Amino acid sequence: MSEHYRQMWQDLGLDLASHDTLLNVLGSAYQDIYLAQKDRPAGMDYFNFVMSEVHGLRVQELLDGKKAGHPVVGSFCVFVPEEIVRAADATLVGLCTGADFATEEVEKLLPRNTCSLIKSAFGFKLGKVCPYIESADLIVGENTCDGKKKSYEVLSGLVPNLYVMDLPQTKSSPGRMVLRAEYDRFKAEMEKLTGVTIDTPRLKKGIEIVNNKRKAVHRLAQLRKANPTPISGLDALLINQVFFYDDPIRFTDSVNKLCDELEDRIAKGKGVAGRGAARVLFSGCPMAVPNWKLPWIVETSGAMVVGEEACVGERGTRNLVDSSADTTEGLMDAIVDRYFQIDCAIFTPNPDRLDHVRTMFKDYNAAGVIHYSLQFCQPYQIESLPMEKALESDGIPTLRIETDYSMADVEQIRTRVEAFIERIGQ
Amino acid sequence: MVVTGVDVGSRSIKVVTLDRENGRMIAFDRAETTFNPLEQCGRMLRDLIPGRIVATGYGRRLVQDHFHATTITEIQAHALGAAQAFPGCASILDIGGQDTKAIALDRNGKVRKFEMNDRCAAGTGKFLEFMALAFQVPIDRFGDFALEGKPGLTINSMCTVFAEAEATSLMARGCKPQDIALALHQSVVKRSLSMLRRVADGASLVFSGGVAQNRCIVESLKAEAGVEVLVPDNPEILGALGAALYAAREP
Repeated sequence: MSEHYRQMWQDLGLDLASHDTLLNVLGSAYQDIYLAQKDRPAGMDYFNFVMSEVHGLRVQELLDGKKAGHPVVGSFCVFVPEEIVRAADATLVGLCTGADFATEEVEKLLPRNTCSLIKSAFGFKLGKVCPYIESADLIVGENTCDGKKKSYEVLSGLVPNLYVMDLPQTKSSPGRMVLRAEYDRFKAEMEKLTGVTIDTPRLKKGIEIVNNKRKAVHRLAQLRKANPTPISGLDALLINQVFFYDDPIRFTDSVNKLCDELEDRIAKGKGVAGRGAARVLFSGCPMAVPNWKLPWIVETSGAMVVGEEACVGERGTRNLVDSSADTTEGLMDAIVDRYFQIDCAIFTPNPDRLDHVRTMFKDYNAAGVIHYSLQFCQPYQIESLPMEKALESDGIPTLRIETDYSMADVEQIRTRVEAFIERIGQ
Repeated sequence: MVVTGVDVGSRSIKVVTLDRENGRMIAFDRAETTFNPLEQCGRMLRDLIPGRIVATGYGRRLVQDHFHATTITEIQAHALGAAQAFPGCASILDIGGQDTKAIALDRNGKVRKFEMNDRCAAGTGKFLEFMALAFQVPIDRFGDFALEGKPGLTINSMCTVFAEAEATSLMARGCKPQDIALALHQSVVKRSLSMLRRVADGASLVFSGGVAQNRCIVESLKAEAGVEVLVPDNPEILGALGAALYAAREP
């Protein structure tokens, strides 16, 4: 099997030696961080399998799908509407952005003080280790933060198929018109890519598939509100990460099955940690695979992460698209309505995000908030200070952590996290 | 019963023993951390009467694993130590070998909020050590050396490498080394106070850590802090004292 994959990777143009290194690192990190956890639900076996095959079977599926007329669209952001991709019979996948790779090569193209997430995307491309970006028929960049939009100018010289989507920066009616116009343009691009005309039934179908996927993770989120929490934050994060890669229907099914098991756990009062474990809410930058550093530190320091106000998490998955309209126009409006609510820090002002953190803090019975920013991610770094101030003045203990993908600061972060847990556990 | 607090810092290990019944300090000890902190801890703990040990500091887990200790963070340890040394104090500034901590306490002496420097050791004891080396002044004399300087110069960089470059260019311009040393000390105080002010607005400040033995830093802090600055007799053992107090408190 692995020989077969090697041929596939080679055909995709991957650097096999570097790719082996990456898979080894990923495998041992998964072993140490995930498989070392105690009392994991049996339903996580599926996700273990997905992770073990993340560059194997899933890529094979995508390539088989391409042959069967389902082009692959790669994206870096939750603003890329999967409903429209699905409606055109194409497959949307998140591209690799969660680990440092080929950093020296990256720093020939980007300033050192670029955030880890952007550098990682470039590193995976330059190091030739991401089968997803190599499989993609279209790569969608999006004008979110300055770092990303300027980097896409550079990325366009590295890939032949970059499509850049503009995004509004204010939640105003002109802003909404920009998003609508961009989603119309994207729809036309998808039709061009696939040769499919996206009509009302197709769009309804796309919406249904993605809504079901979101409903499954909403159900999971609800179950995490129980005390003791039935699933670790690490496992829940993994599910939110796999959300971006997996076949949506199979994913939905697997999450729902896991949720059945978690309901059973809750009924029996069983959890992954004692009732007394401090409950922590994350808020901030997205954590892409295999960026598990902070939840790992938190959960090996005696606390449990019960929610993520992040794009890989509730900011990215909350709200469904209203599928009741019976025209394509109406459905496109409904899609825009849903995505326009995403409270990404690129919007100014962005008061909804703070409200959402406050609501989540209450709903998930959290004892404190850890605000996570990637170094050099200005939008989230800048929001973190007023957010910390506002939360603390509400009596919500808040810890700001600023870091990157390296493991060099694990012990320093651990000290702060432990001290924070001491504080909220008092 | 005797209880022990061990603070394994980046530069030195501090051990405090207390009489659990009356909370009085029996003894304290201090040694370099070296490259083998475990051996150092072993030597320091060897002659102690066996009793409960609580470890804190950077190497706390090492002590936990090898001496059956429990651990608390430096933050909590300093809060406990400061509350004992100066009951009712509102905040703590601790500058150690590679960490700076600013801690705000509530009325009961519990941690209300804290900040720590990130992985960069700018503005810590390590920074002063590097600078002392550049001036060829022993570290324990560096504060007094700086106090001979006249105010007026400023050092803007807090990065050890950049600050050294800044100091070098001031020397090249013919500035007096003592004046430059004073500016370096003041820059440490300025940075530490800005960290402190993000968390604390209380009326009194306990200054601890090895850097609190530097007279120039203490003087500058007193001049700049705008609040009462309290320096314990042995400022470097406050964390170990807190750990020992925690050990005494456990049932």
